[in-house]
Amino acid sequence: MKYLCFGHMAETRWTEMSAAERQTMMAACHAYDEELKHGGHFLRGEALQPADSAVTVRWHNGEAVVTDGPYAETREQLGGLLLLEARDMNHAIQLISNHPGVRLCGPFEIRPLDEAFPEGFCDSMADTAITNQ
Amino acid sequence: MNPRTAAGLSARIDAIYRTESRRILATLIRLLGDFDQAEEAMHEAFAAAVEQWASDGIPDNPRAWLVSTGRFKFIDKLRRRTRFDTLTPELVRLQDDARSNDPAASELDGLEDDRLRLIFTCCHPALSTDAQVALTLREICDLTTEEIARSYLAAPSTLAQRIVRAKAKIKRARIPYEVPSPAELPDRLEAVLRVVYLVFNEGYAASSGDTLTRQDLSGEAIRLGRLLAELLPDPDVLGLLALMLFHEARRAARTDDTGELVRLEDQDRKLWDNATIAEANTLLDRAFAGQRIGAYTLQAAIIGVHANTATAADTDWNQIIALYDLLLRLQPSPIVQLNRAAAVSMRDGPQAGLALLDALATDEALATFHPYHAARAELLRQLGDPAAADHAYVQALHYVSQTVERRFLEKRRESLQLAGTKPLRPG
Amino acid sequence: MRYMLMCCMNEAHWNGLDEATRDDVMTRYRSWVDQIDAAGQHVLTHQLMQTATATTLRSPAGREVITDGPFAETREQFGGFHLIDCEDLDAALAIARRIPTLAVGGTIEVRPLVDSA
Repeated sequence: MKYLCFGHMAETRWTEMSAAERQTMMAACHAYDEELKHGGHFLRGEALQPADSAVTVRWHNGEAVVTDGPYAETREQLGGLLLLEARDMNHAIQLISNHPGVRLCGPFEIRPLDEAFPEGFCDSMADTAITNQ
Repeated sequence: MNPRTAAGLSARIDAIYRTESRRILATLIRLLGDFDQAEEAMHEAFAAAVEQWASDGIPDNPRAWLVSTGRFKFIDKLRRRTRFDTLTPELVRLQDDARSNDPAASELDGLEDDRLRLIFTCCHPALSTDAQVALTLREICDLTTEEIARSYLAAPSTLAQRIVRAKAKIKRARIPYEVPSPAELPDRLEAVLRVVYLVFNEGYAASSGDTLTRQDLSGEAIRLGRLLAELLPDPDVLGLLALMLFHEARRAARTDDTGELVRLEDQDRKLWDNATIAEANTLLDRAFAGQRIGAYTLQAAIIGVHANTATAADTDWNQIIALYDLLLRLQPSPIVQLNRAAAVSMRDGPQAGLALLDALATDEALATFHPYHAARAELLRQLGDPAAADHAYVQALHYVSQTVERRFLEKRRESLQLAGTKPLRPG
Repeated sequence: MRYMLMCCMNEAHWNGLDEATRDDVMTRYRSWVDQIDAAGQHVLTHQLMQTATATTLRSPAGREVITDGPFAETREQFGGFHLIDCEDLDAALAIARRIPTLAVGGTIEVRPLVDSA
């Protein structure tokens, strides 16, 4: 099964960190990514730019309207995505609970992918994307 | 390497995973002292097998190879994590363990014990029943969190949490990973058997939902029973396995073509599975040959009487009532009394059965137990008191939660009305 | 630049649409993916199971807490995402505006990714 894990973080926390703290955190996260790769669990990881770089598109009166800022204003904002291969939800939880981000950054949400949609399409795209990297 | 061999190897590794992964996991939990680390180490060992066996071929003893690779993967990981820090005591112990003995031979010692250790740990009395069931299904039966959630009509995230908490509790409470001592064994085994039978019952008589049975769960319970019978052939274990198999043998006859419930006396006994009944008979003989006769064995013997009788009319009710009397001594529960009363009504007539049921009327557990009211309804119907029977059906319907059983009770109640009596309005 | 298009939709609203409407949206969705794919802008697409399947891990004060459900309770729920590669934010927005769920109540958040190169 594939699980998508959303790493959240209070962005103020990031700006409050010293350069050395940030480096340590990044190094810890990269080291853990390597560990996940060893076990064949790491499919993909992406970091997002800060939430103030986001724009949101909505439908309003028959057209798409664009506003500044992220969709949801939460104290902790989505900062990164990790796509995992795990046996089941408990396995995914176990893998994420060792992730330094949970300790150092903020909450992680884990959601299974709907692998039925769109039949075979996502998978093949994901595979191509990964091998092309 | 040519693709045919690659596909062949991959199929072999899949087959080894299916037959060996639970044993390997059980041993790694003992060696590494942690459920989650053991699971991860096992995954890494299988991942390593895919690569290494492609060039080196499959080792003579794949299980030993996987156990020892899993352990070394774990040591590597600890090393990577501690980096240049001093060696932790844990790492020193593991390295010493790994060096001091030949992994291929010694790690397989007591391997069957490891599986028992895992079973007893998953069913440890410090865990709630729900947690015991969930852990057993995941760690021993190899079901995924999502599959267990589906079987129990629960949200996967709820189940995932239950399993996480159970594992945390095992760690926090330092629940030892061991087979209980002979003194503790009877109680601890009872807890294990209860979990197995709960899983079976959820599969056989699903407590809620639209279908009467969830075959996958009964199948898992029977697999567990067989595993236990192999590892620990205690008379209670054999009795429980016989009991489950006798039930299972009747599965095809329990519902009709439209999925409706068929009562024991109306079942087409040609649909009963004779091979399964024969297996259960053998197990039952072995269970009776033991020193003690336990409750599961007696229950199996009671169903065994039915299973070995060609027509409902030939049923030896004397024998069944005698077995219930023995069971009552071990398990003086109102539910056993209810079943005994039903058997008495078959031998001595509805009046005798009803008298026994009415004597149980003050029991609190039975007051909300739909089979009690359903049994009263049937006897009242036979005694020609449709008004009282109708009232009892209404009470049974009030407490039933299973859709198929509900439909069955509704039909019985309707047939009472068709017989020309004015039903009481539910009150 | 690579952008993440995060698609949100009220799950109850989506589940309440009739099947023909949902099928129609999904068909148009598929051709939208085909288009950006043909244009060489598509990197990755994934749809998630609904939020009832989500688990959230937190570690306040070093103590791990695991809860059912998504991280944020919002009116609309995150249901899937597309990773695209295009010239700039304007191009990303032009792509996002054509996502067919917008017309049935969806919302799309567009955010640049940190370059991993």
